[in-house]
Amino acid sequence: MLSRPATETQITHGRRLWLYVVVALALVFLVVPSLLVIPLSFSSARYLSFPPPGWSMRWYEAYLGSREWREATVASFVAAGSTTVIATAFGTLAAYSLATARGGLARLIYAAYMLPLIIPAILIAIGTFLLYAQIGLNSTLLGVVLAHTVMALPLVVITVAAGLKSYDMNQELAARSLGASRPIAFLTVTLPQIRIAVASGALLAFITSLDEVVISLFVAGGNWMTLTKRMFNALRDEIDPTIAAISSLLIAVSILLLGASQLLQARQRTSR
Amino acid sequence: MVLAGFIRPDKGQVLFGDRDITLLPPHKRDVGMVFQNYALFPNMTVAGNLAYPLKIRRVRHGEIDQRVRRALDMVQLSGFGDRQIDQLSGGQRQRVAVARAIIFEPRILLMDEPLSALDKKLREQMQIEVRHLHQRLGMTTVYVTHDQREALTMSDRIAVIDRGRLRQIGTPRDVYERPANRFVADFIGESTFLPLEQRDGAFFIGKDRIEAATRPAELGNPLLVLRPEKLQIIAGADGATLQLNRLTGTVREIVYQGESTLLYIATGAGEVAVRRANAGADPALDVGAPVTLAISPADTIVVAAESA
Amino acid sequence: MPGADPVVPGLNERALAAAGRRERTALAALALPGMAIITVIALLPIVWLFWMSFRNSAGFTLEHYLRLLHPNYLLTLKTTFELSFLVTGICMLLGYPLAYLTAQAGRRAAALLIVLILFPVWTSLLVRCYAWLVLLQRRGLINSWLIDAGIIDAPLRLVHNFTGTAIGMVHIMLPFMVLPLYATMRSISPDYVRAAANLGASPMQAFRQVYLPLSVPGLVAGVIIVFVLCLGFYVTPALLGGGNVMMWSMQIERNVTYHSDWGAASALGVVLLVVALGILWMFGRIVGFDRIVGAK
Repeated sequence: MLSRPATETQITHGRRLWLYVVVALALVFLVVPSLLVIPLSFSSARYLSFPPPGWSMRWYEAYLGSREWREATVASFVAAGSTTVIATAFGTLAAYSLATARGGLARLIYAAYMLPLIIPAILIAIGTFLLYAQIGLNSTLLGVVLAHTVMALPLVVITVAAGLKSYDMNQELAARSLGASRPIAFLTVTLPQIRIAVASGALLAFITSLDEVVISLFVAGGNWMTLTKRMFNALRDEIDPTIAAISSLLIAVSILLLGASQLLQARQRTSR
Repeated sequence: MVLAGFIRPDKGQVLFGDRDITLLPPHKRDVGMVFQNYALFPNMTVAGNLAYPLKIRRVRHGEIDQRVRRALDMVQLSGFGDRQIDQLSGGQRQRVAVARAIIFEPRILLMDEPLSALDKKLREQMQIEVRHLHQRLGMTTVYVTHDQREALTMSDRIAVIDRGRLRQIGTPRDVYERPANRFVADFIGESTFLPLEQRDGAFFIGKDRIEAATRPAELGNPLLVLRPEKLQIIAGADGATLQLNRLTGTVREIVYQGESTLLYIATGAGEVAVRRANAGADPALDVGAPVTLAISPADTIVVAAESA
Repeated sequence: MPGADPVVPGLNERALAAAGRRERTALAALALPGMAIITVIALLPIVWLFWMSFRNSAGFTLEHYLRLLHPNYLLTLKTTFELSFLVTGICMLLGYPLAYLTAQAGRRAAALLIVLILFPVWTSLLVRCYAWLVLLQRRGLINSWLIDAGIIDAPLRLVHNFTGTAIGMVHIMLPFMVLPLYATMRSISPDYVRAAANLGASPMQAFRQVYLPLSVPGLVAGVIIVFVLCLGFYVTPALLGGGNVMMWSMQIERNVTYHSDWGAASALGVVLLVVALGILWMFGRIVGFDRIVGAK
């Protein structure tokens, strides 16, 4: 095995063993720390030790027993769901508009949509906080959702625009020549064919909102205290294994969403 | 694209009969269109594709089924209704596209290079099928193609368009036998052009007088249009009594092409291509042999040279 | 084409132009709702911050910017750049081999590697910070393992300092280095390396002289993304730095939450934005913006 050639240039696997070691270490570095949290969340001890001295569900009970954590969880999921709906709808419309429009204006609009990815989040956070302070949107659901929508929109636009790029716009022309108005043609012919891209965009929007920290730190609070803000504060003050339980649940959500997105992409490849 | 309403003209009108539809949006035009890549909807079955224009027009369910079946019969795809689009061959897709474009009985049918994606054999077969279909339907059909042979095969009337300008419109025979200008002569069929001199209202190449059946309206610099298959190679004095236009030259190159042989003849006025059918009895010629070319005045075309 | 029909020149030119404009406007309007949200919620407030950074009670002033020259702020600036360079450098060293092997792997192996690389991206930032706190703190897992194994006597200071912050940031930034690199490497045809070998290059030469230069655009894109994200990064330094690592973005937060000093916060924010956009613009001209924004 080690003496077999690995590359076009006949380097053997043995001679680039070091490369595999580096990559394996990098992968361990990327994946393992987060996963370590899961066994810790089932530990019976208050202090950290690995492997845990005994197993228990006490930290999950602590999480579920806390009204504050429950409310924060509900708030986060409600905000993420609402963000997903708005960002997916508006982002898809924008991507469609950009795909049909030509010229400098379209490029400008696309660039503007990408700004939230480029501008440091802290700057958007304090700006939004300042704005909300004037119009009373701080610590409201609408405030959190609008701010999260700003962060999710570029991702939806990128994903749907990529989907539209591999879609043949002639199909829509054909539908229109057959008697469908443009909106009907979009709904009956275009949308069913880019649905995978739209769904991927929606997943990204959901995870973006669920994981958003910096802006939430400023604009979330009160009844609409998000999970991330409460976690951030808890992490800054003291480390309680309850966080391990919450983290494990969030990891499960991440794995679920990542799996769904990979599945969608696989389906997109085979349906072509 | 202008006819279907996808591209707005800068100016001018689009009329169907007496009706000005220049500003009518595509979905209200009732124009059946067959796209170059067919643009069949992969998210629907064959029957779903055919039913689409009827559903949009809110035709009753029972009638939709009936009309879809009839349309499938017409394009000889009965029983294919439940197939997915990606289960069809190129020729089948083409027929579904045609069926979809005519199922709602549009006023005209547009075909935008509908056969260009097919291989040569299938293309020729489909040309005949489309032509039969057209004869059966009797529907005005506008067929766009860059393949001049396809245009000659398929059309009742051909419009030759060059960079947005209409250069000639007429029957295939008109356009081929009597091209109105150099562009048309060059675009439709093979041609060799020789410059002509004009003296006393007659045309000359060198000392030889050329009789022509047509003369262009404006005579800038007249050009003689020679179709390779219209030229005959005659031996010395043969046919001297006939009224033929003659050119002399020597054979420069011989290209054997199976059913015919192409000869390039160098004449005093320029090189001329001549096609000889390989029917059998013609004497073999060698490169360098002197020959005389003849063409009947009825087949002799003169066009004006264009600066463009 | 109904060429024989009478055409009245110029009759409906205006109507046609108007119809074309209407259609283009309607299509462009579809991009408006999202644009409006981004503009009102994010962009206009930033313009407002910009304005405030030049204002005090007396009117126009440069005092907020002049204050940035105070040694405290300069130290923050130095920390921010040091950390960003360090993290970007480590990401390059780890990311290049990772992307290289992923690009060469077979279909299934590559898919698995991509999932492993994407996993952290989809995992909550806070979960990952928590994981590092658990591993690195004084009585954390790494220290207790090392002490149990008898390698060290006293716990190492691994977190709440520069080291811990750097480790946590590398963890977060590494995928952003790998993804553009991988995309670029996938598009390098193996024929190039074959050709080099065929022309007599040793494996090392073929890599250095052919493969490496071809992968540079992806590397540049990765470096820019990581570096710019690092400059404005807040969460990881705030949690893993434990107040001992002061980043530019934390200075902004501090000025708002503790001092309500919007003038200073705005000035800091404007400088951060200008630096970040400046770097993006400079390198965007070299490798193309699409590559940078399209990478996520």
